Amino acid sequence: MQSGKQAAPAEQMSGAELVIKALIDQGVEVIFGYPGGAVLPIYDALFKQNAIRHVLVRHEQGAVHAAEGYARSTGKPGVVLVTSGPGATNAVTGLTDALLDSIPVICLTGQVATHLIGSDAFQECDTTGITRPCTKHNYLVKDVNDLARVVHEAFYVATTGRPGPVVIDLPKDIQVAQGPYTGPANVKHKTYRPRVDGDEAKIKEAVALMAAAERPIFYTGGGIINAGPRASELLRELVKLTGFPITNTLMGLGAYPGTDKQFLGMLGMHGTWEANHAMHDCDVMIAIGARFDDRITGRLNAFSPGSKKIHVDIDPSSHNKTVRCDLNIVGDACKVLEQMIAAWKQGGYKPNRKALDAWWQQIDQWRARDCLKYKTDPKIIKPQQAIQRLYELTKDRDTFITTEVGQHQMWAAQFYKFDKPNRWMTSGGLGTMGYGLPAAVGVQIGNPGKLVVDIAGEASILMNIQELGTAAQYRLPVKVFILNNEYMGMVRQWQELLHGGRYSQSYSEALPDFVKLAEAFHCVGLRCTDPADLDGVIKEMIAIDRPVVVDVAVDKTENCFPMVPSGAAHNEMIVAEEGGGDSATVSEEGMALV
Amino acid sequence: MSAPKQPIQSHILSVLVDNEPGILARVVGMFSGRGYNIESLTVAEVSDAAHLSRITVVTSGPANVIEQIKAQLGRLVPVHRVHDLTVEGPHVARELALIKVAGTGEKRVESLRIADIFRARAVDSTIESFVFELTGTPEKISAFIELMKPLGLVDVSRTGVVAISRGAQAM
Repeated sequence: MQSGKQAAPAEQMSGAELVIKALIDQGVEVIFGYPGGAVLPIYDALFKQNAIRHVLVRHEQGAVHAAEGYARSTGKPGVVLVTSGPGATNAVTGLTDALLDSIPVICLTGQVATHLIGSDAFQECDTTGITRPCTKHNYLVKDVNDLARVVHEAFYVATTGRPGPVVIDLPKDIQVAQGPYTGPANVKHKTYRPRVDGDEAKIKEAVALMAAAERPIFYTGGGIINAGPRASELLRELVKLTGFPITNTLMGLGAYPGTDKQFLGMLGMHGTWEANHAMHDCDVMIAIGARFDDRITGRLNAFSPGSKKIHVDIDPSSHNKTVRCDLNIVGDACKVLEQMIAAWKQGGYKPNRKALDAWWQQIDQWRARDCLKYKTDPKIIKPQQAIQRLYELTKDRDTFITTEVGQHQMWAAQFYKFDKPNRWMTSGGLGTMGYGLPAAVGVQIGNPGKLVVDIAGEASILMNIQELGTAAQYRLPVKVFILNNEYMGMVRQWQELLHGGRYSQSYSEALPDFVKLAEAFHCVGLRCTDPADLDGVIKEMIAIDRPVVVDVAVDKTENCFPMVPSGAAHNEMIVAEEGGGDSATVSEEGMALV
Repeated sequence: MSAPKQPIQSHILSVLVDNEPGILARVVGMFSGRGYNIESLTVAEVSDAAHLSRITVVTSGPANVIEQIKAQLGRLVPVHRVHDLTVEGPHVARELALIKVAGTGEKRVESLRIADIFRARAVDSTIESFVFELTGTPEKISAFIELMKPLGLVDVSRTGVVAISRGAQAM
């Protein structure tokens, strides 16, 4: 017993216990992980407590995607625990995915003991070196006295500013060493203070620009979703207040109700005719939480040539990165929307009704093009039709949709209408095939009792099919809705349009029997080949309170339109009726683009 | 279809960072990963108590790329401040070089004469060689090296630019 000390000495515990205590104090309820030699002390500490639930995935990539799905659907950071070496390297794709889509993830990786680092020890890899470019930040903890602070700091870094993944590499000797615990309240980051409030003068300028606009458009992205549900409410308020049209990026779907008449649909490479034309012809563009990605802009020097551009983003490096904007506002989307609404009301602004009416008339003409139109066939299920029926039969309940990557993803974005944020989880930036199923697992863990559907392709789903085991183990009734066209559809589409129909390696040869595969994983398998059975199968899928895999045989040659070909401008879109084999629309420079 | 060509400019960036493991790799990796140039780079701890290091990096590119480089540096979590000395006003930029010249007879004497003109100091000497220490602007050092070439230049070691703003204010 020591006497004379004023403050009680910090509680001492093992590094592994410190980690668990810090996670509990951060409000963590669930960890997605996979054990291994270098994290055994942490798994032992997990075993001895009941506050945190551990979900055992079947592959570390799945753990990160599950954490992403959890984070995107709940607004809370996702937590991952993997071992050293292959555990860490398997997590790299997930971490990169989370970085590009700005998803808050904390990934704890085991590491060999500090005295072995650099000796090519068993299951050693330079985790901080490998993950440096694919995380927002990373740490290697070499002193147990730093451990609690590092964990709390990691949560702060992952969740504030532009969110992103943070890796904490934990050598095994640090996990067993005794050290002091510090609570989150005592940890303040030395340097990292992202700017949240928008500059008032710029907000006033922006609002004045908006009020004077004749052909305005809101272009909003994942930043609105990341700023929390209140940002979506404020966006609705501002859009209603102004009467302007709005389009969302792939990442931003759900921030504004997909069924509202001011919504023009998604924009970009597979965006709607009306959204892309409105972007091209607008005179004032209000971009909020969107980053002018190449999938959005098309050919840069033809992107919305006549518009004044206002860009709101929390990340200063997003400003003027690819598109030069006239008014750049650094700040949190939620806060800036609040400021914009206040400034609009305070200034007593009214939109230019007359100009706006003419603008809406123009938009209605573009809408009349009905660009998502497709021909149904009594014998073959069209992929668009399958998603449309899925939407119609699930729209009345609170449904969460994840996707893999490819044609099915774009059709889902076009045909499934989201009225709320956090209901749509898709790999936007990295375009990771194999994302949807593990993400659905994470979504279902975070939203028990809700309907979670992974809209998949038969090629993508095979990339992380092992996560069916996770779904079965935890009785997660996720639904895998496979649009099976026996092709890597988007590859096939590009080969048709750009490479003379030479379908090099894009046919899904030797596919498994998905019904039997589902059954082998203790899930239910259903198959649908006839358009007349579609509704029945979807209803059956919803009714089964277990994980279900639905193999929907769809038209093998259907292409995803509209399409802004690589290197083309927004107003050079091709639509279904003129689409087939028109390779002349792709320039030579466009051929070099992805 | 590429954007109109903007003139390439060289900029001296002064970056104050937390002196923590991996910070240099983070900065250098950002440059290589995003395809930016590094013309020179120096780094050393400047505050022992606060564990701060200053990285001085000379980079080049069109104005919009320089802006993006600064924003990307600012985005790194352990970075405190990024200053573009080239645009922020008067500053002093210096480089140190160690230059080895070998030769005998008239060439050896000539190298010593020129070193005197440049105020280079001989910090090592053998019967047939000198090592000169020279500080100054990168241009001055390059000029000296050029002159040493015909006189028996053997090796050059340069620190890269360190720089600081003029006047009483901290950066």
